[in-house]
Amino acid sequence: MGEVIVVTSGKGGVGKTTTTANIGTGLASKGLKVVLVDTDIGLRNLDVVMGLENRIVYDIVDVTNGTCRLKQALIKDKRFESLYLLPAAQTKDKTAVTQEQMKKLSDELKKEFDFAIIDCPAGIEQGFRNAIVGADRAIVVTTPEVSAVRDADRIIGLLEAQEIASPRLIINRIRPHMVKRGDMMDISDILDILAIDLLGVIPDDDSIVVSTNRGEPAIMDHSSHAGEAYRRITRRIQGEEVPLMNLDAPDGFMDKLKRFFGMN
Amino acid sequence: MLEFISRLFGRENSSKDIAKERLRLVLVHDRASISPHMLNQLKEDLIEVISNYMEIDEDALEVNLNQDEREVALIANIPVIKMKRDYSVKG
Repeated sequence: MGEVIVVTSGKGGVGKTTTTANIGTGLASKGLKVVLVDTDIGLRNLDVVMGLENRIVYDIVDVTNGTCRLKQALIKDKRFESLYLLPAAQTKDKTAVTQEQMKKLSDELKKEFDFAIIDCPAGIEQGFRNAIVGADRAIVVTTPEVSAVRDADRIIGLLEAQEIASPRLIINRIRPHMVKRGDMMDISDILDILAIDLLGVIPDDDSIVVSTNRGEPAIMDHSSHAGEAYRRITRRIQGEEVPLMNLDAPDGFMDKLKRFFGMN
Repeated sequence: MLEFISRLFGRENSSKDIAKERLRLVLVHDRASISPHMLNQLKEDLIEVISNYMEIDEDALEVNLNQDEREVALIANIPVIKMKRDYSVKG
């Protein structure tokens, strides 16, 4: 029996889809059977992040309303034999799938796959409730900004109300040089506020833009910092204890000056 | 200029601390959203407890969560009609 993991955040644009793509690819690269599920109906994006947008025939709504069988809608990944995508519908809205249908689908996916990673839409409405209904575990993605952390707090509350066991946090787009000069909240600040377990920290990295441009998850790029962070997260999901990446930025001129005067 | 100097020499005014403080406050407010049902329950419980000690005007009783910029407070305005006599032996 596999496991259903939902990737959620509340706020949009913090990196849910990128996280889903990278974690899923990472798990599949270890030979596990993985399906990525895009539940952002009407605004699908996981297909383009994975570079699979040209292969879509059927989508999640076709499966839940019985137009096709699950197997027909699953798209096989270009790189990994054991990785599949179940795309969202682009022309319907979020009410096209009910919670019962989504629960049933999650249960079916658990029988077929080691991991089903669900990319949740932004917001806390029906799309969110659908995405979490069949989840065994949740990953909450945030960035070190007031708005994203606030929304993450709300999402954690809602997940707990749904009794989804202890969600874990990914802090995305940390900029070490800003943290260093005191202009960005750091890991401990955010953990202090949200009081949940940390799953990983991902540095802000240009390579993510490049990999999204190409439709190839950064986790495959061994020169990518963000990719390394995702590789570590993947191992943690598998239960391994992995230390956090060293995010220290090289010292700037001001840091050296301050250290010289003994102020650091 | 002053801000520049304080940023150069210390971290008291770093924008991270401002962010953290603002978040702390906004989350106190977010988490303090209490349903009308819960507030009613609280009122009934308060009446029950206070009635052991004094007679209060239940209809005029007001209980509200007050939120201002710095904090959230539970404000209760409870008109007392009569005190109960304290028969217990003191000392």
